[in-house]
Amino acid sequence: MKFSDQLEARFAGMITHYPARRSLLVPFLLYSQDEYGYVTDEVIAELSRRLEITELDIRNVISYYSMLRTKPAGRFNVQVCTNICCLLRGGEEMLAHAREKLGVQVNKGITPDGMFSVEEVECIGACSWAPAMQVNYTFHENLTPEKIDKILDDYRSEAAHK
Amino acid sequence: MATLVNHPDEVKIVSRRFGQGAANIDRYLELDGYKAVQKALELGPDGIIAEMKASNLRGRGGAGFPTGLKWSFVPKESAKPKYVLCNGDESEPGTCKDRLIFEHDPHSVIEGAMIAAIAVGSHAAYIYIRGEYRYLLEIMQKAIADAYAKGFAGKNIFGSGYDLEVYWHGGAGAYEVGEESALMESLEGKRGVPRIRPPFPAVVGLWGGPTVINNAETLASVPHVLLMGGKAYAEVGVERNGGTRLFSLSGHLARPGVYELPLGYSLRKAIYEVGGGVANGRQLKAVVPGGSSTPCLKADEIDIALDFDSTMKAGTMLGSGGIVVLDDQTCIVKFALRTIQFYRHESCGWCIPCREGTDWLQKSLKRFHAGGGVAKDIDNIRYLAENMLGRTFCPLGDAAAMPILGFVKKFREEFEAHLDGRPCPFGQHDAPHALPVLSH
Ligand code: FES
Repeated sequence: MKFSDQLEARFAGMITHYPARRSLLVPFLLYSQDEYGYVTDEVIAELSRRLEITELDIRNVISYYSMLRTKPAGRFNVQVCTNICCLLRGGEEMLAHAREKLGVQVNKGITPDGMFSVEEVECIGACSWAPAMQVNYTFHENLTPEKIDKILDDYRSEAAHK
Repeated sequence: MATLVNHPDEVKIVSRRFGQGAANIDRYLELDGYKAVQKALELGPDGIIAEMKASNLRGRGGAGFPTGLKWSFVPKESAKPKYVLCNGDESEPGTCKDRLIFEHDPHSVIEGAMIAAIAVGSHAAYIYIRGEYRYLLEIMQKAIADAYAKGFAGKNIFGSGYDLEVYWHGGAGAYEVGEESALMESLEGKRGVPRIRPPFPAVVGLWGGPTVINNAETLASVPHVLLMGGKAYAEVGVERNGGTRLFSLSGHLARPGVYELPLGYSLRKAIYEVGGGVANGRQLKAVVPGGSSTPCLKADEIDIALDFDSTMKAGTMLGSGGIVVLDDQTCIVKFALRTIQFYRHESCGWCIPCREGTDWLQKSLKRFHAGGGVAKDIDNIRYLAENMLGRTFCPLGDAAAMPILGFVKKFREEFEAHLDGRPCPFGQHDAPHALPVLSH
């Protein structure tokens, strides 16, 4: 498999960072996921070849890291924190609100248009600005149900205009 | 992006450049940037370590180990390359301070890592940033590239003849990787399963070479120690606890936020003055003083100083500086349940006491909160937690057990109030889950 130009450039740039090739595995898997939506079988096979480690080894690594997935998520993955600081300020209600608004189950399922998925996540480092969520990598903080409505609507229209 | 706050009691050292555009290298240079590393090159390893020891700077990640002492453990001669590793895997619930450092002052972390490298004779530093912090990784990537472009990193830095490479590295979501040996595993491209010690990382670390691992805030403080002088830095804090710390104030506070306070500052004042007191006119029930793994303090136990030793004396820990405030409407059982749910999710399963302990604790607390608890459960929860302490490779087992023990010991009456199928007194009615009761 040939990676996209961008990913090839990443690979070439990162491989020189380390005395052992496999060290790039974790960040590179995440970059590949950003590109293809999830860590694909092809990427795993290609990395296995390039890094000279088994596919099983790579899959073991993938299963350890909560951000890595081997199935697609929505184009906008809505990750709501319900950990302690968010809990105290309504994190569970925010999660329920996002789930109901989008009509998808938490941690599984994608809206029929492929646009959104909802995940319950652990602390994302926004505790002082709780409740908080990330949509893909973007932080949204001091949430209220109204704010969530607006944020999700904005993503939807942003996608429609592209 | 995260909003900045101010309070007159703050002493801004590590946050001095916040909000001043210091992510830009030229701005950083105007604000005394990269002066400390040049001073470090003049001082040499022994001189740097002497200043660090004088500063009483202790690790800001949670353990509070003296930084100068840690650096002094690295052998002078080593057949294998030595490394410096910055731990930017901030993920202890309640903690959101390193985020601000990476966002507002990324060069201070680079500079701190460089000084650490010079002190221990290392020629390569890695800055590991958690995967969720993608925008911060990008800020860091640019900062490193800018440092290279100016010739501050790479070959012959500042014309000293010293070569020093600086690299970034990103995670992909794992709390446990914040533990130093798991962090090294992760950087080596593996599951973040901790290593047994000894050997300690200072002797056998990354790729088998001696390695110094410091939290991002610790490293960001290092240039200030050299600029101020170790002694002056120490004097900002209290005995054996030098300098300041970024405290992440969260929960039921009127003014949550990240504040920089001198070590030894009063916890009561941090809550009632800096944090603006309990929000909505409610009363304080408890406070988790140092991130989710630290045992809670009750409302009448907050007259303590925020330093490593005083918190220890009070039966808890300063931890990562994440102060989580709970008001009188909070259900402690529910809070304990959410705490253990996190640790169960993050346990890698390597050590049985942690893997099984977190799972059983979650099951018990879940059933308990849902009204299915029996009196024996309270002691069983305690027993389970006690049996996890000190029995695991890494501190995750302890981190899971300690807060639960604290809740059961200090708020036993709240657990009792849930007994006999009574609904949660705080009005959260979960469907009862039929889960097995632990054997008696
Ligand atoms: S607990 Fe939700 S961001 Fe930290």
